[in-house]
Amino acid sequence: MSIDKNQVKKVAKLSRILLEDSKLETLSKDLASILNFVEQLNKLDTNKTKPLSSVVDKTLEPRNDKVDDGKIKSQILKNSPNKNEDFFIVPKVIE
Amino acid sequence: MTDLNKSSLKEIVNLIKSKKISSLEVTKHFIKNIEKGKNLNSFITTCFEKSMNSAKEFDSKKNFDGLLSGIPIAVKDLFCTKNIKTTAGSKILENFVPTYESTVTDNLWSEGAFLLGKLNCDEFAMGSSNETSYFGNTINPVGKNLVPGGSSGGSASALAASLTPATIGTDTGGSIRQPASFTGTVGLKPTYGLCSRWGIVAFASSLDQAGPMTQNVEDCALMLEAMSGYDKKDSTSINKKKENYLKNLNQKIDGLKIGIPKEYRVENMPKEINDLWKKGIDILNKSGAKIIDISLPHTKYALPTYYIVAPAEASSNLARYDGVKFGYRSSKGNNLVEMYESTRGEGFGDEVKRRVLIGTYVLSSGYYDAYYIKAQKVRRLIKNDFDQCFKNVDAILTPSTPSSAFKIGEKTNDPISMYLNDVFTVPANLAGIPAISIPAGQDSEGHPLGIQLISKALDEQKILNIAFAMEKSIGHKQSLNRWWE
Amino acid sequence: MEKEKFDYFIKTESNIWEVVIGLEVHAQVISESKLFSGSSTKFGSKPNTQVSLVDSAFPGMLPVINQYCIEQAVKTGLGLNAKINLLSIFDRKNYFYADLPAGYQISQYKSPIVGEGAVTLDMPYGSKKIGIERLHLEQDAGKSIHDLSPDNTFVDLNRAGVALMEIVSKPDLRSPSEVNSYVKKLRTIMRYLGTCDGNMQEGSLRADVNVSVKKKGEKKFGTRCEIKNVNSIKFMEMAIDSEAKRQVELLETGKTIIQETRLFDTKKNETRSMRSKEEAHDYRYFPDPDLLPLELKQSFIDNIKNKLPELPDQKKERFIKNYKLTPYESNVLVSEFETSKYFEEVIKKADINLAKNWIIVELFAVLNKKNLDIKESPVSPQNLASLINAISSGEISGKIAKKVFEIMVETGDEPTKIIKEKGLKQQSDPKELEKIIIKVLEANSDKVLQYNSGKEKLYGFFVGEIMKASSGSANPKLVNDILKVKLKK
Repeated sequence: MSIDKNQVKKVAKLSRILLEDSKLETLSKDLASILNFVEQLNKLDTNKTKPLSSVVDKTLEPRNDKVDDGKIKSQILKNSPNKNEDFFIVPKVIE
Repeated sequence: MTDLNKSSLKEIVNLIKSKKISSLEVTKHFIKNIEKGKNLNSFITTCFEKSMNSAKEFDSKKNFDGLLSGIPIAVKDLFCTKNIKTTAGSKILENFVPTYESTVTDNLWSEGAFLLGKLNCDEFAMGSSNETSYFGNTINPVGKNLVPGGSSGGSASALAASLTPATIGTDTGGSIRQPASFTGTVGLKPTYGLCSRWGIVAFASSLDQAGPMTQNVEDCALMLEAMSGYDKKDSTSINKKKENYLKNLNQKIDGLKIGIPKEYRVENMPKEINDLWKKGIDILNKSGAKIIDISLPHTKYALPTYYIVAPAEASSNLARYDGVKFGYRSSKGNNLVEMYESTRGEGFGDEVKRRVLIGTYVLSSGYYDAYYIKAQKVRRLIKNDFDQCFKNVDAILTPSTPSSAFKIGEKTNDPISMYLNDVFTVPANLAGIPAISIPAGQDSEGHPLGIQLISKALDEQKILNIAFAMEKSIGHKQSLNRWWE
Repeated sequence: MEKEKFDYFIKTESNIWEVVIGLEVHAQVISESKLFSGSSTKFGSKPNTQVSLVDSAFPGMLPVINQYCIEQAVKTGLGLNAKINLLSIFDRKNYFYADLPAGYQISQYKSPIVGEGAVTLDMPYGSKKIGIERLHLEQDAGKSIHDLSPDNTFVDLNRAGVALMEIVSKPDLRSPSEVNSYVKKLRTIMRYLGTCDGNMQEGSLRADVNVSVKKKGEKKFGTRCEIKNVNSIKFMEMAIDSEAKRQVELLETGKTIIQETRLFDTKKNETRSMRSKEEAHDYRYFPDPDLLPLELKQSFIDNIKNKLPELPDQKKERFIKNYKLTPYESNVLVSEFETSKYFEEVIKKADINLAKNWIIVELFAVLNKKNLDIKESPVSPQNLASLINAISSGEISGKIAKKVFEIMVETGDEPTKIIKEKGLKQQSDPKELEKIIIKVLEANSDKVLQYNSGKEKLYGFFVGEIMKASSGSANPKLVNDILKVKLKK
């Protein structure tokens, strides 16, 4: 499997990253070579191996159902590049 | 008067505790060094006024209970620091000022330390040379044209140049150990879960781990003791009693079994690296350790596995940088989607884009099993390799890096050759086990080289002790002529 | 009743089409705090006041799961007779949207906390089992407000991170009325369990509806479309009807159905495609590396099981058996937990037969008219019980009781007080009645003569006058007895 410019564009769309056309060529080449590199794994037979997603040897530790957070509106909105007193503001969503 | 440039962290702590020097004098010394070390570009943000105030406050209180009483410390700019700008080396967080403090830095402050500034790093910790930082690359004090390694390159540079008495970094695939190796310093990546990840800008959640970067092994034990600990705010944090790494540090290593994995003899490995490795083996032998040849058969698959797992997690972790809640927002775009695309297109650098795109690709429909699941399976094989070996050996000795520090710009156009730098460090991240790099010698050009000790999970004390013994035998003491001042 | 009468088919000139429906119900978990953070879940608070750094996905923030939400999911699973999975995994569902702060929703994809189960519907044509595919826990998103400004969208994250249970049915539903019954049944079960308040106005319960059509008798299902986020039962019924008809029309004109996501336009009563949006979606699910697998102990599940309240189906059976109710009556009385509670309160002190009729007929009519919940009923169970007892003891007639009830509804007063104050107590003292009757007959001696000479129609007149004279309180039976005797003289 390799990746071509169209696929790169599609993945960029999915990643919500605008790519400059001038960079598309090099980027596609880079991504292709990275994919080529990781495809070494195909040499390994892993049919009998279970995927490992966590190296931590414990189970999830829950917390109690207690309200001990929130009520920090000014902190939450403070860093936003566009907000008013109550809301985050974003450009209109086009459905 | 003591030359603070030649004093270790532990020595400075003792000087302060014995009232031979004040916290303010120490702070002023490092501030002076930082000002004279601007050419290294190891800092993104400094907060001198705040540091001096903290020092004065300390001096007025003289509270000597903490492990780091009165010590100013600069940290990698990946740790969120309350009311101090935190950028992760990225334009997208250029103006981000957290309202909260990361657990790890908070632990340091609880031990009496305070913040000196925020250190440069590769953007979102993605890089091995500090060249992907939006704030410019950092210089290695070892040589003007050399990279300090990465991603904790600013940390390693500042430490080696005595701009901070000790520091902390994060290590996802070698980001503490490789720069430590490149700058002749000590760096430890703890067991996954030993240090809380809460408040650290995430790169790859299942691999990220904060750790100490210090001038010597004693300081490393001290810093690890101060920064580690269970945190209920991090579901992956290990719930165990805090260890006294410094108190329990000793050089008794006779009888310990040290594994030498044959798979680490990679192709084209420079002779100097191989010689260094042999030297390490000899030292351990002479100290009474037992050397055992071992095999970690899946070693060569570690790097490809890493370059699927890490970008996959990163692509999701970095989705929150969308110009809505914090950070940079592009002025372009007439609707929400266009705003997202411009913000992320302008806000992220090339390496981050590459990794986000690769990560998105390997998780996307039709490719998930072939890449992501495959990598998770190989990750298990790699972990199994280590589990097997640690039934027979106490620790594993390998070189830290396949070369010494390379030249600035040397690898920027070839991502793969850059990635290959992490070949010896990545396996410990995938397996979640601790590993330490200590300076072990120099190459023909006099550039430092590191050697790495790896142990099973939660055996930090053991590799600290072995490193401590080796450090004594190697007798390496780096002395730089402060050419940058 | 025969099933045919209730069958839902779309009949065209050439074919009879059957509709196949599956539901993904999103039910908000009742909990104090959110699924992965300590902010409040309270509805209707000021914007962005119930948001933590975790909910708004600040750098370095990490999720920690809420124990109670796990219990609530398990409880609901048990209420749906479903298998509880001892190991489940939280995944990230990745997509960008203004009200999804992290750029991903934490959900459960391959390994949900609850597996297969079933609920039983009581349809007019008998009971029908609907299979449950799974139940999983996930985070709710925030709210995008599009109508406050022409150029901008405003984002409120109060709801972001609130725990939801997604309950996925098998494609076992065949008509809008079955869907109606299914959603109501789920809601009843969850209300009995206290796991979801089922308040659709507040968005606590909403559903994605999967619809396909096939020719009657055909085994193979057609291509389905998913109608997203329908937030009332009525709209679900309307959406299914209009979507099924759309599909039939396409198929009958030789076109094909494209599997896609659609939106129901409640004003136009039609569904429309959201395809443009969907194309960009590829959710890239993968296990959330910030969380570990969730392992449950069997003892934990058994413990919850042992503490489960009586569920509607069990209660219904018990009512039929113990109180000799008809299945219909029982159904009506158990469909809301509060109603069943009310009923059982009343019959502690009053006659069962009178009680069930008074609740089902009189009380429900009043509540309906006043648009009140039974919890807000102006007539308390105790007061209704005393009213019924007044009837049983002959203190008042059924007719007077209705009058008293009307006053109870308006004032909330006790019936005994009303009867006393308004003098509505039935006059059953023969001596007192005799006095009234004699008085009436004396005052109408001419009519008595006419009656005695054969004009028997006047009997009704006498009764009316007597009732009037007693202000309606005279015991009619006694009046009858005494009047007959007096007239014969």
